[in-house]
Amino acid sequence: MTKTVTDVICPFCGTLCDDLEVVVSDDGKELHEVYNACAIGAEKFLHSQAKDRITRPRMRQEDGTWKEISYDEAVEYTARMLADAKKPLMYGWSSTNCEAQSIGSEIGEAVGAVMDNTATVCHGTSLIAVQDIGIPSCTLGEVKNRADRILFWGCNPAHAHPRHMSRYSIFPRGFFTGKGHKGRKVIVVDPRPTDTASLADIHLQIEQGHDYELLDALRVAFKGEKLPDFVGGIPKEKIYEVAETLKSGRFAIIFFGMGVTQSIGKNHNIDEAIAVTRDLNEYTKAAIMPMRGHYNVTGSGQVWGWQFGFPFAVDLSRGFARYNPGETTSNDLLRRDEVDAVFVLGSDPGAHFPFSSVKKIYDRPSVAIDPHETPTTEVCKVHVPVAFVGVEVGGCAYRMDNVPIETRKVVEPPEGMMTDEEFLQRVLARVKEIKGV
Amino acid sequence: METVTLTIKDQPGLYLEADNITPDAFAGKKAEEIADLHVYVGREQYRLGDFFEVSGKAGATAEETKIVVNGDLSRVKYIGMKMTGGEVVVNGNADMYVGAWMQGGKITVNGNVDSFAGTGMKGGEMVINGNAGNYLGAAYRGDWRGMAGGKITVTGNAGSDLGTFMTGGEIVVGGDVDVHVATHAEGGKIVIKGNAKRRLGGQMVEGEIYVFGNIDVMMPGFAYREDVDIDSDGIKGRFALYEGDLGERHRKRKGQPIYAKLYQRIAA
Repeated sequence: MTKTVTDVICPFCGTLCDDLEVVVSDDGKELHEVYNACAIGAEKFLHSQAKDRITRPRMRQEDGTWKEISYDEAVEYTARMLADAKKPLMYGWSSTNCEAQSIGSEIGEAVGAVMDNTATVCHGTSLIAVQDIGIPSCTLGEVKNRADRILFWGCNPAHAHPRHMSRYSIFPRGFFTGKGHKGRKVIVVDPRPTDTASLADIHLQIEQGHDYELLDALRVAFKGEKLPDFVGGIPKEKIYEVAETLKSGRFAIIFFGMGVTQSIGKNHNIDEAIAVTRDLNEYTKAAIMPMRGHYNVTGSGQVWGWQFGFPFAVDLSRGFARYNPGETTSNDLLRRDEVDAVFVLGSDPGAHFPFSSVKKIYDRPSVAIDPHETPTTEVCKVHVPVAFVGVEVGGCAYRMDNVPIETRKVVEPPEGMMTDEEFLQRVLARVKEIKGV
Repeated sequence: METVTLTIKDQPGLYLEADNITPDAFAGKKAEEIADLHVYVGREQYRLGDFFEVSGKAGATAEETKIVVNGDLSRVKYIGMKMTGGEVVVNGNADMYVGAWMQGGKITVNGNVDSFAGTGMKGGEMVINGNAGNYLGAAYRGDWRGMAGGKITVTGNAGSDLGTFMTGGEIVVGGDVDVHVATHAEGGKIVIKGNAKRRLGGQMVEGEIYVFGNIDVMMPGFAYREDVDIDSDGIKGRFALYEGDLGERHRKRKGQPIYAKLYQRIAA
């Protein structure tokens, strides 16, 4: 017999869908089916059942082969590595729960580490812009119930956040948006004709890298000032039309992704986009929201914001928190040889960092904590598999609109496997012993 | 003026945080006392003398102290940070934060500097006989007050984000600059003798930018007003005057908005 667990939270992307149904065996040891999830979310659940899953820590030998080690040995290696380093980097933290992030920060404080999360290659630039000029934002519930002007800038939710449009932004009928898609005007700014752009009423096919100029042009248009004939390849008439469309709505929302956060200008693009939102509030209600990727990257920013005052790239080496993206961000540290050990949890820099940075991880003492085999586990010296957070263990996660949601455990992890939280607790205890505190 | 000479003998394993290399920290100290000042590598504290040969002695005050730093300093951060007087001469390339939050005195770098030089600078003079990195004379993260006074001269090129949130002072770049100049600036003067790329004066409220060479893409928020002849302060010639950033908020004087000014040279 089987049983169905309802209202399950999906631990894949920042949309944190909370309506999944999962069919598990009666004893809770096997997971059979996943309903309501997108293809990527369903795969995340089903992957926990992989027959070839690695269930014990392993260490790389001189000849490149792996040797199985105990969790005790893995804890000892990690604690020693962190305690011996002059400036270790503790990176990742976006695919785990807030409880584990909090213990991780305690370790970071004890060893004088640089704490950085995946925002460093993603929405970190948005956070810099927020610090520069603030942010008028809202919740996804407000978007669903109120928004009638939807602007997607440099993002493609059809592929990256597959249920975002159906649950919150374009299709749902909300309290004040009874007509669903028909009552909404959708604008997409993207140099490519994406699947999201195909749903748009207006698609501004901007020249690559001209976002800052186009955003500035919108602000000029709001104020009724003159524009040059073309901005980023878009004719001025079109810009005035978009400005008018946004102003005429009852509630406008701008969603933006890595097309603007990681292209030329980075934080300045977001800075200007927030300024556009602020200007729009002189005519109607408007809000702006980053399309956060990992399901709990927002949470790690929250945890560190609360503990250190900064959301990412926190340098604790001198005993107090310092923050300066460009200096204390992972890739800058690795590329410039500023760190001498690397600890990775809940992320895959091996797949997403430039090759020059990945090489630096390979050259240093390094540990990867990850349920999967990833490009990162392949370059680290020790790989510690752990239980899947959100599938085999619960815990708090923050949705992209900063709403905390408690994820649920639906199935038992393989026998004898540790969770992130347990492993970090053990490392923290051992670090304290070594340091004598 | 007394002179202290520092010569790097050991390169740090990681990076050296040497915020004590300033006339203010050295003032009134003998060579042995200076060698005892702390520096940091990662979380570990060392003596300045562990990495540098120290010779000479300092003057009684910062104003009477000159520091000469020799060797490859490309792994040494914070040289001349927060100095209020005296002089620092760096004979080599230096890392980040040269003259950051500087208030007075003079720094001469005979080489290149990395990013964040002159961050939050309030006064004094900095001459870089080489190239500068990004964020020259900009604000520290989260601060809405960048460079407020003093003068920075770079003979070579400068990176991106020059003079972000600048409120006063002057930056002169002999060569080319990268994107984003004077973003959010509310004052100050920037002279670019070479070419500029894009995004000059984005979100700029007040202040002046002079460009002698080309601009790849002009901000849509800057509107052409007129051609003007200028002859002041080493800036001569006929310039096209643009005003902006029209999208940004602006103060008014006698009912008229005050815009930031961008001058681009048409002819010498």
